[in-house]
Amino acid sequence: MSGSVASVTGIVKHFKGLDRPALDGLSLRIMPGRITGLVGPDGAGKTTAIRIMAGLMAPDAGELTVLGGAPGTSLGDLGYMPQRFGLYEDLSVIANLELYAEMRSLPKSGRAETFARLLAFTDLERFRSRLAGKLSGGMKQKLGLACALVKTPRLLLLDEPGVGVDPISRRELWQMVAQLTGEGIGVLWATAYLDEAEKCDEVFLMSEGKLVFGGPPADLTREVDGKVVRLTDFPQRRRRLLTDMLDRHDVLDGTLEGRSVRLVLRDGAAIPTENMRVAKVPARFEDGFIARLGGGPGGTSPLAGVYRQVEPQSEFAIEAKGLTKRFGAFTAANDVSFTVPYGTIYGLLGPNGAGKSTTFKMLCGLLTPSEGTGVVAGHDLRRSGAAAREQLGYMAQKFSLYGDLTVAQNLAFFAGAYGLAGSAAKAAVQRVTEVFELGDMLGRNANQLSLGFKQRIALAAAVLHEPPVLFLDEPTSGVDPVTRREFWSHINGLVEKGVAVLVTTHFMEEAEYCDDTTLIYRSEQIASGTPDELKRQAAELSGLEDPTMEDAFIAHIEASDAARLEREAA
Amino acid sequence: MSEAGFSGRRLMAMVGKETRQIARDPSTYLIAFVLPVLLLFLFGYAINLDSARANIGVALLDDSAPAHSLALAYGQSPHFAVRVERSVEPLRQAMIADEIRAIVVIPQDFGAGEARGAPPPVQIIADGSQPNQASLTAAYAEGLRRNWAMNRAAEAGPTPAAPISVNSRVWFNPGLTSRYFLIPGAIAIVMTLIGTLLTSLVIAREWERGTMEAMMATPMRMTEFLASKIVPYFVLALISMGICTTMAVVQFGVPLRGSIPALLLVSTAYLLPALGQGLWISAATKNQFVASQLALITSFLPTFLLSGFLYEISSMPRPIQIITMIVPARYLIPSLQTVFLAGDVWSLILPNVAIMAAFGAFFLYRCLRATRRSLDR
Repeated sequence: MSGSVASVTGIVKHFKGLDRPALDGLSLRIMPGRITGLVGPDGAGKTTAIRIMAGLMAPDAGELTVLGGAPGTSLGDLGYMPQRFGLYEDLSVIANLELYAEMRSLPKSGRAETFARLLAFTDLERFRSRLAGKLSGGMKQKLGLACALVKTPRLLLLDEPGVGVDPISRRELWQMVAQLTGEGIGVLWATAYLDEAEKCDEVFLMSEGKLVFGGPPADLTREVDGKVVRLTDFPQRRRRLLTDMLDRHDVLDGTLEGRSVRLVLRDGAAIPTENMRVAKVPARFEDGFIARLGGGPGGTSPLAGVYRQVEPQSEFAIEAKGLTKRFGAFTAANDVSFTVPYGTIYGLLGPNGAGKSTTFKMLCGLLTPSEGTGVVAGHDLRRSGAAAREQLGYMAQKFSLYGDLTVAQNLAFFAGAYGLAGSAAKAAVQRVTEVFELGDMLGRNANQLSLGFKQRIALAAAVLHEPPVLFLDEPTSGVDPVTRREFWSHINGLVEKGVAVLVTTHFMEEAEYCDDTTLIYRSEQIASGTPDELKRQAAELSGLEDPTMEDAFIAHIEASDAARLEREAA
Repeated sequence: MSEAGFSGRRLMAMVGKETRQIARDPSTYLIAFVLPVLLLFLFGYAINLDSARANIGVALLDDSAPAHSLALAYGQSPHFAVRVERSVEPLRQAMIADEIRAIVVIPQDFGAGEARGAPPPVQIIADGSQPNQASLTAAYAEGLRRNWAMNRAAEAGPTPAAPISVNSRVWFNPGLTSRYFLIPGAIAIVMTLIGTLLTSLVIAREWERGTMEAMMATPMRMTEFLASKIVPYFVLALISMGICTTMAVVQFGVPLRGSIPALLLVSTAYLLPALGQGLWISAATKNQFVASQLALITSFLPTFLLSGFLYEISSMPRPIQIITMIVPARYLIPSLQTVFLAGDVWSLILPNVAIMAAFGAFFLYRCLRATRRSLDR
């Protein structure tokens, strides 16, 4: 395609030891002055594609032209920001910029202006002599971008610049990059966030190494236009309704949004709509993606089907009373209080480093609070931490599986770790093997599995002992939307059985599944309530009509920042 | 696009960055400055391979003149501090109490036998709990007795078949002070630590932190990258070598009979393989932990054990001697000892320098091959 800064046709890349190719005939093109999205869940092949375009890997087959030549030949005109930013953490902000300027042979004259412009652009001027390692995640990301831009490139490759960064930094970064396209730079923006895809000029959507869709995002969204409905004011419990709806053949996909249920319908669907309000709502990019993948999973969780009915042993499953944690002079969590009844989901929301993980760790007994108490299933964590830990299942962000043990060995280990032995352990492993359909996987090493399977096994390991309380730490970040739906159908089913769930997340879609939430920012609880309440408060704060959960999140944080600045000024 | 060719500017920028990183890392100071001083003190004072006076007991069970003469000979020897008893038992107790290392038993009929020309054997009992010292002490004790017997025979002299007198003389290190040998060895150890152990971490660190990937996407050339790793560590190793040499001469009185240029030549020739090996390990493993283990096993330990620094190569078993041929430090130790203790003996130094340079060229070539601009393995 003429006029493009990069074009890729049918590239294939195999890695040793994996059964499917990382890239299987990918084609895409990047036009100057546009943001091109390379979108897909973790493991879809985005990073491999970017590395091939940067000339850091050779494809097994296929053709590509980058900046009018073979990849790796015009490195002077290429800006590349790898996932880990490529910063020297033991050098200062300005030293990093200077190093990259020399690497790209930026003339000495005019360099000061370039740095001043980039530092103003990224709002890092105040930190010019701070070590890069001492910057926050969002600032590192901006510095990484500045380093990729020291010499204005013609092609800018950004590998998941939004990952692990809070929504506010993500928005700021997006605005910066959007400015660059005005100068005619062709930008490739790789992301696992489907809401970012919607904002791109052109999108290439990948799944398991294959291209699912290529074109303007609206084209994909249009495929499901008019088929998306929101159900409100229904008498049933919302999880029950969602489960029933997802089990119907004429429903393609469905999610919870606070008190309402959002459905994507198949052609000619006729869902029962007695006793409720049905409203058509605009389709999203994610709806189109799920439709292309053949729809989401069913609603009934086989796990919940075999799970015991949880009998509450105490009034609340989880109680946090004034939990405070100090590390030296730094207060990581300050006076955090909330209660979680059985049969509900509670969300700890907030950007990275805000204090939600600290709170979480105090409640599972991994950190001792400096002040305050935590009670899990009636056991005080200070006095009987071990008894409390027996009552909870824990699933960590990175799915803490032993990569070089087989799936069966991992499950046997976790059964033992949760105090199951002999026939009880065998029966528990047998049960989750059937429920999660792991039969074919048992003999394989955990690190050979795809992210989706790892996530399933991690959940299986966490529920082996049928705990009444589940702790989930960013459980579905980066996994594809179908796997995420499946995961939440299990969680919803367990909650119906009386299990209490505590989930930390900065992923606002997960927040919608919560019955109650609290927003933690700079170690403090800045807002609490149901997702609908948070959105309503945000609508008042920002004046937005029908804000999304992410809008609500940003509005609350901005309000908190403004209040703090006012206090400091006073 | 002016990105062909090797760029001195990019190289200088990279060297500057590397130097800043070194300056900011406290562990570098520890290895480059504190450790050499520590090692030098260790080898200068604490470790001593010289034999000192050994405590022994002499059980004098005979009252004849020859028996007394032999006991006196032990008493006068500079190698022994002697305690004389008239029976074995108190000496046995003393050995158990760790007061003496060996017992020389001069038997009852020693004088009578001596007169007959067939003296009964003198028994030497050594404390086997410290085998090295036991055999050394026993050998000295037996040697002294043999000397005494020969002298007596010469004095009596009915058959004046002149005994061969062995007169050993040690050159270059007349006092056989082991410190003179050990300190040049310590310098080799220090250069190995900086040259191989520190550098084995540097490329692996860039891989682990993800900076390698970002750098490879700039016009930087791989040769510039490697050179930027070599230059600062080369300078650091030479500075450290300078500190060691100054301390050796000033503090420990080790003679420096050769010239400074010869010392620099020998050190430079050794740093080529040392740096090359460290960087090769680093580039090939891409993992700091594995790299440091490999550097310890393939470089530091051989330098310690197989270079002739602590253990003489000529007294090693033949197969081990062959293995020492591929230890670059084996060519450094004799060169350094020569420069320090003998002087600029070019006939000995130059071949060693040539061999070390050849090792260096090999390692640096392997290293360059291992750092391609690619994430493919």
